[in-house]
This record gives sequence, C-alpha cells and structure tokens, in this order.
Amino acid sequence: MNPESLARDLVDPIKTSVTTLPEPTLAALKDAREKEDDGARVQLDAILEAVDIGRREEIPICQDTGTPTFYVQLGADYPAIDQLDEIKEAVRRAVQLATEEVPIRPNTVHPISGENPGDNTGRSIPWINWNITDGTDLRVTYLPKGGGSTNMSQLTMMTPGKGLEGVKELVLKRIASMEGKPCPPTVVGIGLGGSASIAMSLAKKSLLRPVGVRREDEEIADLEEELKQRANNLGVGPMGVGGETTVLDVKIEYDHRHPASYPVGITPQCWANRRTSFRITPEGDIVEVER
Amino acid sequence: MKILETPLKPEEVADLRVNEPFKVTGKIFTARDAAHEKLLDLAKKGKEAPFDLSAYPCFHCGPVMKKRGESWQVVSAGPTTSIRMEIFEDEFMEEYGTKIFVGKGGMGEKTSEALVQHGGVYAHFTGGAGSLMAGSVEEVEDVHYLEELGVPEAVWVLRVKEFGPLLVTMDSTGESIHRDISEEIDQNLQKELEKL
Repeated sequence: MNPESLARDLVDPIKTSVTTLPEPTLAALKDAREKEDDGARVQLDAILEAVDIGRREEIPICQDTGTPTFYVQLGADYPAIDQLDEIKEAVRRAVQLATEEVPIRPNTVHPISGENPGDNTGRSIPWINWNITDGTDLRVTYLPKGGGSTNMSQLTMMTPGKGLEGVKELVLKRIASMEGKPCPPTVVGIGLGGSASIAMSLAKKSLLRPVGVRREDEEIADLEEELKQRANNLGVGPMGVGGETTVLDVKIEYDHRHPASYPVGITPQCWANRRTSFRITPEGDIVEVER
Repeated sequence: MKILETPLKPEEVADLRVNEPFKVTGKIFTARDAAHEKLLDLAKKGKEAPFDLSAYPCFHCGPVMKKRGESWQVVSAGPTTSIRMEIFEDEFMEEYGTKIFVGKGGMGEKTSEALVQHGGVYAHFTGGAGSLMAGSVEEVEDVHYLEELGVPEAVWVLRVKEFGPLLVTMDSTGESIHRDISEEIDQNLQKELEKL
C-alpha cells in the first residue's frame, strides 16, 4: 500500500461528500418542498438550488465543510492490518490535499491559542472512529458535520424514573428550543443509555443511517417514527421560518445503561446531511463508493 | 420576485414587509463579529469608513475564498448566525445608516427597534446555501482588513446579480416573524407535551 497514492484517491470521496447530498436526503427535501408554501417554500427552493449548483459546479454546497471525521469498520482479518499507520497517514494527508483542491474551509482551531493550522489537521483531527468487526473488509464513512448544528448538541443525565415519556419530553423540548439555529429541516440523532460519553457518540453514530431507514428493533423504530411526527407538529419549519417540516428524520441508537443513570445524547444534523461510504482494499484501492 | 438595485433607495427598503421575498443586484459587503468591531472602532475614532456603508446591504457571512492569480473568487458563501451581531447593529445603523442586514436565524429586540428608527429590514438567506450565493457573485470588487482579520472575518465587497432569494423576517414597522414563531412553537410544544 502506497500512502501517498491512497491519500490522492481519498480526496474524491471527501469532495463528493461536501459537493453532493445522499439520494434519500435529497428525496426527503423534495417531498418537503411540495408540502410547504410561503417563506418555507422559499427556503426549500433555495436549498434545492444550492444542492444542484454544488453538484453541477463541484463546489461545497455549504461554506461550513465541517470537522473532518471518519468512521471505520475494521475487519479483524483485514489482510493489510499491519499497515494501519500508513492508512492513518494517508487520511491526514488527504484532508490537507482536499483543503487546497476542493477547496474545503480550514476548520481546525487550537482551543487555547486560537491558532488555525489552515489545513484541517490538528491534535487528533482528522478524527478517526475505529470499530473492530468480524471479517476481512475495511469500510469507511466520511461524515463532515458543521458547527452550527453541532453547537445545538445536548447531553442530559435524566432521572431514570422519568422513563420513556421523559425521553420524549426532552427531545421535543430540545427541538423546539433550537428553532432555526441548526439549519432545519434537520436529522436529529439521539443516543440512549451507555454512559455520558457513550450516549453522545451513539447520537452522532445514529446519523450514519440513511434518512428513511428505521432500526430493526420495532420499539426503537416506533419511537423514531413517533418523535419525527411530533417534531413536525412544532412548527419550526425550514430554517426556522415556520412550516410543517422541522425534521427530515429522527435516528436513535442505544446501549444498556447503569441502573442509576439514564444518559440521553442529542445531536442534530443540518439539512446538508453529508456523508460518503467506501471500502479500502488491502492493496489500497477505494471501491464500492456509496452516498 | 422583487429585485432591489444598489445603491439602495431608502424608501424602497422601508416599504419591504415581513414574509416578502426579494433579490439584490449590485453591490453588497460582508461583515461578521470582528468586522463590526473594526468598523465601529473607526467611527469612534472619527475616521472615515472605506466606502459608503449606507447604500449597500450588509451580509453576515464568512466565505470560502480562492485566489486565482491576483484576483479573488467566492467558492461558497452562506450566511452565519446573525444573533451574534445583536450587540452591534443598532450602533452600526446609527453610525453608518446601513439599511439591509442579511443573515440567518433572525435578530433580537434591540435590532428590531433600530430597524424601525432607521427604516431598515433584516432579511433571511437560507443557511447552508453557500453554493447558491457564490453563483450570484459576478466579481469580487474589493476587500478590506484582509491581513488584519483573515479571510472569513474580512470585509469583502462583492458585485452580485440577483443575490437571493432573501426573505424579509424583520421590517421597518417593527414586525418580526422570529418573535411570532417563537411564541407559536412554544404553544405547539405545550400541546405535544400534554399528549404524552
């Protein structure tokens, strides 16, 4: 595996992520456009036109091209498992190249000094989320999430006695109070249980699932659907100007929790729900690219 | 859709009402937090602004820019969250007479009062639609304080054609759909919570 050539090839999925939208998200936005009128329709028309221009002219749809974040599913029997350092190096190099070439906005700032290296790298950034799985494949998803929506994230250590009703209340109150700030219609990611940090990472991980795809467990799928319907009764509307479409979807992931704790993590994703998945072969080729 | 040309005519701006979409053709300038501070500081020191700020819309935006040879190009330029500028805009209107502010998320009561006093409007541009905005830019005419403030915070003067759609959400009669929608959302929330 040649890290430099892998880095070159990785620029493409990064570019695709910021210049186009996944088909299910786009379809949901088009549906919403048909339902809305007045100011809400003006917002959705502008959104759809921006998506179209981004794709046609190969420029970032939104100027906030997010924090470079990679989710990796690493098969324990991946033949090139001894070359993970090379892959990490290639990922780092790829965001530097993408910053120059796509271009994407330099979005990494030192939390104390405020210094920005200008190439989207920094301590632990690009962030790589490693998950070890069975099998021989290395699968990657690039999820660049913007600052405006991330700023609306919330962790609550709920009193367990409040139960499921408490969760629903928390989520609806949060979506109402965010109003237009996370750039709705949003996809709202929710993490239930685990620990404080696990609930927040589950909330973000839930955003990997495409719009419209429900979890297999029926009780979670029902909860996602119920919260989606209820959220759309709140009247926030596209970009907070009022309307029927506040969320495109609600996603929930869960883990078992401590009996005394009920962590609820919430993180909204803006309408620019950008994401690209692919597989890296042991030879370092990128294949099976999916939006 | 109404198209306003710059230099803006004060009576045309004062006539705009909430929920009315419009576009702008001509010149606009960008200003976020640091640019507001900088320009207000100039006024305090009795110095002149680099151009007439009253005749052109102020856009709350930190763009992605690219330099090709000697000239700049706008790559993507959506709005930033306007409420951060709430601490500046009444003073900004007082000093410079700026009539249109464009951003996202709406602004508060202090700005609403100043818009009434100065016959101005706040208009909402769709958050995230940076590529759409970039498509309306014909030329980057000038840039001020680039070295001092950096690319996103600098004051970019852009010649645009049909920049928009912009939606008036706060007008010169004191109306604000942000205020109205907040109340509505709260009522809707109470209804949903009762159903739980």
